Amino acid sequence: MARRKPLFALAFGLWILVLAAVPAGAVQPDEILADPSLEARARAISAGLRCLVCQNQSIDDSDAPLARDLRLLVRERLQQGDSDGEVVDFIVARYGEFVLLKPRFTWTTALLWFATPAVLAAALVLIWLAYRRRAGSAGLAPLSASEKRRLKRLLDES
Amino acid sequence: MIAETGHYALILALAVAIVQTVLPLLGARLRDPQLAAVAAPAAQMQFVLVAIAFAALTIAYVTSDFSVENVWRNSHSAKPLLYKISGVWGNHEGSMVLWVLILALFGASVAAFGANLPRQLKANVLAVQGSIAAAFLLFIITESNPFTRLSPAPFDGEGLNPVLQDPALAFHPPFLYAGYVGFSMAFSFAVAALIDGRIDAAWARWVRPWTLAAWMCLTLGIAMGSWWAYYELGWGGFWFWDPVENASFMPWLAGTALLHSALVMEKRDALKVWTILLAIITFSLSLMGTFLVRSGVLTSVHAFAVDPARGIFILAIMGVFIGGALALFAWRAPLLGQGGLFAPISREGALVLNNLLLTTACAAVFVGTLYPLALEALTGDKISVGAPFFNLTFIPLIVPLLIAVPFGPLLAWKRGDLVAAAQRLMAAAAIAIGVAILLLALHQRGPWLAPIGIGLGLWLILGALSEIAYRVKRTGADSAEVWRRLRNLPRAAYGSALAHAGLGLTVIGIVATTAWRSEAIVALKPGDTAEIAGYELTFKGVAPNQGPNYRERIGIFAVARGGRAVTELLPSKREFTVEKSDTTEAGIHASWRGDLYAVLGDPLDGGAYSARLYFNPLVRLIWLGALVMFAGGAVSLSDRRLRVGAPMRGRTKAAPVAASK
Repeated sequence: MARRKPLFALAFGLWILVLAAVPAGAVQPDEILADPSLEARARAISAGLRCLVCQNQSIDDSDAPLARDLRLLVRERLQQGDSDGEVVDFIVARYGEFVLLKPRFTWTTALLWFATPAVLAAALVLIWLAYRRRAGSAGLAPLSASEKRRLKRLLDES
Repeated sequence: MIAETGHYALILALAVAIVQTVLPLLGARLRDPQLAAVAAPAAQMQFVLVAIAFAALTIAYVTSDFSVENVWRNSHSAKPLLYKISGVWGNHEGSMVLWVLILALFGASVAAFGANLPRQLKANVLAVQGSIAAAFLLFIITESNPFTRLSPAPFDGEGLNPVLQDPALAFHPPFLYAGYVGFSMAFSFAVAALIDGRIDAAWARWVRPWTLAAWMCLTLGIAMGSWWAYYELGWGGFWFWDPVENASFMPWLAGTALLHSALVMEKRDALKVWTILLAIITFSLSLMGTFLVRSGVLTSVHAFAVDPARGIFILAIMGVFIGGALALFAWRAPLLGQGGLFAPISREGALVLNNLLLTTACAAVFVGTLYPLALEALTGDKISVGAPFFNLTFIPLIVPLLIAVPFGPLLAWKRGDLVAAAQRLMAAAAIAIGVAILLLALHQRGPWLAPIGIGLGLWLILGALSEIAYRVKRTGADSAEVWRRLRNLPRAAYGSALAHAGLGLTVIGIVATTAWRSEAIVALKPGDTAEIAGYELTFKGVAPNQGPNYRERIGIFAVARGGRAVTELLPSKREFTVEKSDTTEAGIHASWRGDLYAVLGDPLDGGAYSARLYFNPLVRLIWLGALVMFAGGAVSLSDRRLRVGAPMRGRTKAAPVAASK
């Protein structure tokens, strides 16, 4: 996890890691690596890889035989000394971008990643415009000369 | 004969629905009250006919009439009665009949209870409601007829998908559909208002109870689905960001926003155009949910609903209704005009923030759910969008919303005082921050943001309490006066406080179980003991058992804590003989600290079994919170102002709700 240190600076990035780094799953007792830090890395990687025959389940959660094969593959690569990134690249090279539960930022996924901030920004602009229009239209205009005269008359009468 | 009766009733219902659509609209146009008055009896007749069809299908299931193809495909004579009945909606055709039944029920309710609605509005609402029913009845009759016969009749049925044979899942679809379809009321009222070109605060008063009822059902339906996933799918996950889950979550988010914006409209006559648009969006998302699940465009754990040919029909229905409503909106909305003014810091402002964040969060879910489909259709590239994406986009939007929630009810309408509201929330904030710091000190090795999440949940609960406390205690009152005020507080105030506190409970449950769950994956021989979260589990071996329509292997775990026996956990693997598939039944021991959760795995070499043991701290708060939200809705619905119904056309203003200073 040390590799992710810089990300911790971003409050929300950290929040996500909290949620995403807690593994749960269908890992079998015979798969677990003897080295706990290696195993922890394997679990973290597995949580981000999709079980290809399931729907939006990570290989860490899935009971499917294919998920087990992938879990074993991840551990095998880790034991051979691959970094986390190299393991993921290795799996993506064989199974395609489809295995990544968090799609990489490329030109085909730019819209995916930018859509939500764009919606938020657009909504904020719309709200601001609506507020300005209303504040402008809502009787904030100065009194006309005749209105001022009438007001003065009313005040004088009382 | 029973099946034919049902089929005939469906066709009659279609005819009635067409009448219900055409005559009232014509009547409203020609200013002919008699034509417009056709709507109410037609809506009631349509309900009776659809109910007859639904009853006919249910009878076919209960009596295991395998000459009906739908029954043969989805039932079996050995199935318990509950699952014979739930089998009616555990499949595509039957679930569509349930959908239309609930739609007709809502229409009939408006006809029955809408005596105080303006005649024109009532006729238009029922006409729109009738047109939705007509479209779906046409779909059922032409594309997904549940009453098709088989000849010769097979000897026995093929059974129901075993994971669906479960009490929570038996009632999950009816609640979910009641939610989905309930939003059709908001849609029909919105379209009717657009047709009329007239809308006022009373409109919101009429729409709100229906939306609230739908929202309550949807809340419960989603909670049931999540509860089911938790104990049935065998690893204790409660939310997967699966497209089918998202399909139900999006209408919930939009519906929650709609409830709040309708409040602004009812009380202050503002946000009219937006509320109408939101009503259209909410039901559109419901339609999309139906489309996503029913068309088979997604292949998922809910893949029992796969038939692409039908997708086109539902897509056409969606296109007509969503496109039609939006076109009408673009054309007529400018007529509706603006409502009351308010400062940015005010109750209205807080509710605008609520709407901004909820709809943006809904957009995030929408994009994440549909982007892979769109990308694959356009370029052929296949990508996955899973939990990491949603956590990264959804949570940053929801956290500020949760922080803002307790402020909303404490701000006055029109122009609020943020500092005063903050002062009233001091105690809540102090406790929430104190607890967060304490937790941070206790869990120094992280995850660091979990204590903040717990603090946020507490903040919601204590904030809701503070609001009630402020309302009864301000301007120093003695105990008798406090008691009197407590009793006189409108139920809607209690309702919203309950719902907000329920949200807090759910947040705490989600954060605690996600951050601090412990797990042990072990291989156990009979006599071995495993330890987790202070519990000792001794594996006593595996016993075979024969259920009504399955065989199972039950793992026996004696649970002790500090040497004292606590309970026995009996996780099992069920093998369904007819359906030829397996399910995993977790063994769960619930306590106030959390759930001990055991799953029996496969036999290993040498007589050992693999087992997965979890301790999920405070996990039940997730669903308890949903129940509290539901209760909050129910309390609010029982508020006198809603129960008595909307005011007569005089547009009487409601008695101002306390918070104004």
